[in-house]
Amino acid sequence: MEALKQELKSKIIEVLNLEDIAIADINDDDALFGDGLGLDSIDALELIVMLDKDYGIKLVDPKEGKTIFKSIETMAGYIAENRVK
Amino acid sequence: MKKTYINGLGCISAQKTFDTVFLEEAELNENSTILSLKAPVYKDFIPPVAIRRMAKGVKNGIVASALALKEAQLETVDAIITGTGMGCIEDSEKFLKAILDNDEQFLTPTSFIQSTHNTVGGQIALGLQCKAYNLTYVNGSVSFESALFDAKMMIEEEEASSILVGGIDEMADYTMSLFKLAGFIKKENQGPYSILGSTTKGVVFGEGATFFALENQIKNNTIAEILDVEILNKLNVSEVENKILSFLAVNSLEISDIDAVLLGYNGDVDSDLYYKNLSNTTFINVPQVYYKHLSGEYDTASAFGLWVGSKIIQTQSIPDIVKLNALDKQSYKTILLYNQRNGIDHSFTLISSC
Amino acid sequence: MNIGIAITGMGIISSIGNSVEENYNALRNSQIGITTIENIATVHVDVIKVGEIKKTNQELIEELQLGKDNNFSRTAMLGTIAAKQAVKNAGITSINEYRTGLISATSVGGMDMTERYYHEYFDNPEVVKYISSHNAGDNTEKIASELGLKGMVTTISTACSSAANAIMLGARLIKSGKLDRVIVGGTDALSKFTINGFKTLMILSDGYNKPFDNDRNGLNLGEAAAYLVLESEELVKKENKKVLARVSGYGNANDAFHQTASSENGDGAFLAMEKAFKIAKLQPEQIDYINVHGTATPNNDLSEGRAIARLFGESKVPDFSSTKPFTGHTLAAAAAIEAVYSVLAIQNNVVFPNLNFKTPMEEFNLLPQTTLKHKNIEHVLSNSFGFGGNCSTLIFSKSE
Repeated sequence: MEALKQELKSKIIEVLNLEDIAIADINDDDALFGDGLGLDSIDALELIVMLDKDYGIKLVDPKEGKTIFKSIETMAGYIAENRVK
Repeated sequence: MKKTYINGLGCISAQKTFDTVFLEEAELNENSTILSLKAPVYKDFIPPVAIRRMAKGVKNGIVASALALKEAQLETVDAIITGTGMGCIEDSEKFLKAILDNDEQFLTPTSFIQSTHNTVGGQIALGLQCKAYNLTYVNGSVSFESALFDAKMMIEEEEASSILVGGIDEMADYTMSLFKLAGFIKKENQGPYSILGSTTKGVVFGEGATFFALENQIKNNTIAEILDVEILNKLNVSEVENKILSFLAVNSLEISDIDAVLLGYNGDVDSDLYYKNLSNTTFINVPQVYYKHLSGEYDTASAFGLWVGSKIIQTQSIPDIVKLNALDKQSYKTILLYNQRNGIDHSFTLISSC
Repeated sequence: MNIGIAITGMGIISSIGNSVEENYNALRNSQIGITTIENIATVHVDVIKVGEIKKTNQELIEELQLGKDNNFSRTAMLGTIAAKQAVKNAGITSINEYRTGLISATSVGGMDMTERYYHEYFDNPEVVKYISSHNAGDNTEKIASELGLKGMVTTISTACSSAANAIMLGARLIKSGKLDRVIVGGTDALSKFTINGFKTLMILSDGYNKPFDNDRNGLNLGEAAAYLVLESEELVKKENKKVLARVSGYGNANDAFHQTASSENGDGAFLAMEKAFKIAKLQPEQIDYINVHGTATPNNDLSEGRAIARLFGESKVPDFSSTKPFTGHTLAAAAAIEAVYSVLAIQNNVVFPNLNFKTPMEEFNLLPQTTLKHKNIEHVLSNSFGFGGNCSTLIFSKSE
């Protein structure tokens, strides 16, 4: 699980071009959207594609992302449970 | 009827044009078929959260517009009007490549969102939180003049007292390779690519972002007045002189009233035929200026031309590097700009000192 | 009320018809144009439906009698067909006789050819001619050339609100006396580029779009072109022209909220409508029908609905409908085809139905008109919004 979390942090930084942010800057339970990391709805769509491409998880409704992408913690939990890749 | 004044300039081009006076450090590069622009330090102008998705055209547009606003001492405006020929082609290319290379799978939205022609205008509005009139023109070599024409009309209609108007185009690798294939860009290894006296087809390509802060009143920092803009789709070479004379006549002017004329020579032997006769006869006694050897040719290069014209009025001087003939004037009051490409999308722009 | 700018001709080609008459008949008889895509090979063929014009490029080339070496994009061909109809409808025989302009709108220009030949260009000299047709302005230039028009020509691209801005600019050009006659409208062909673009935004419906329904799940893309001929009062009098309707109001504002999404309360939409009323010198209660933007995405209809409720008062909103269940969302052309539909509504005193509606939205009490309704129509308001926060509103009025 710890490895997955680190992997997610590094992927988020890369996929979303968060140049000024390092892996160490993101805590497992930091809010990714809104006041936390400041991600927005376009980032959510990017993360949905990442779930599909890298973990074989297909989300149909973008609204589902809201709970899954709450933090690195929730994301890792969801991926560990549902991944097919 | 309200008049239109240029109160601020912002120019990002292949030359140092955003932190200099007027082309004193300009470099003539005749050995390259493509002139890339000199990028500013984007982070000084755009917050990191916003910058991460922006292609260079968007970034340059934002910086150039910020410079123009700053010079005009404006915080916001009543309208944002942009012109771009090709739009945000870097992102268009990126998204299209992804579609074709991944068989329409695993695509992400960012480059699609950024690919629309109105991205720059939208992003400037977003940055300024400006809910005012916002429009983007995309018509080849008159993309910028369409924006300028609209801006002037808005001020005349008293729909706006301050307007940001600009021209933006960016280069992208694959598109440039296609333009080379199609012969729009000159062939490699045939330099020097001198614009004057060129005997070959094609142009040296460029990119840039040039913005003007326009207002309906004269201020201490007013640079010039925009007297008139006219756009015509198609003309024969032989029709141009008469069109210019009647354009001047509408403004109660004659050739002898023109203190300098800026011509859009781009080094394409056929396209430049439109200027030759004007240079050799119509404007033989008028100081003539060219500028695309410094900026490269692109759909909104004429916005760089208007920047040069504005600077001539502001500094009351013509740098040697842009002179087409050896004539000088005591003062530069009224300047005419004429641009077209391949006989299509002609524009006449008239500016004067105040 | 402001007398407005005369509309003396119109032309259209869409998935529900190849002429104004065909479009009107389809609208009256609830014949929709949303089908499975045939002209573009896409992996999404089974999961999306589109408003496609069932003519191949070859058929369009033949219809326009274009030479073998032509490099028209589909966008340019559709535009030419609609613009020619409009000019004919206005009874124009000598196009350069008066100061005549063409203001066209497009979102992706010649992308349909670019995406087809992108990787073929370097191997097949025969397709190199299409490199220049990518440029949005090239499409307008071709339409101008087919019309023989030499005057002011320009192109507007503000995503899905583009054609509304073209109509607005045309009206302003006539009002200010800069031109006597302007052909205004827009054209957009379906492309893999836009299909996949909207797919990544997850706003494409897998069925038929249901505007203003609580269970709406996105839009169907479409392709279309439509143009109006606007003429000055002097010209209308001099030539004794029949006036179909008038452009009486227009407004443009920016939402300045998000790159793609509309703000929760539709600030941009509200401002655009407010400006249009100011220009038209009309009050909201004078509007008989609103042709809403109504794309059937969760975000648009909520935001637009709130803006309308704010401006008209939630209990006083006039009959409204989205015609996108008929045609799909035709992007830069949408406002032009909806302008034609607005004029048809005025001419025939009819409100077109908002098809596919079942369940009212829970956020407000706004019910679209779901059946064809006959009543006197004096004024129609038409909304169009686009990416980049671009919001535009047009008001069309009956000619006295």
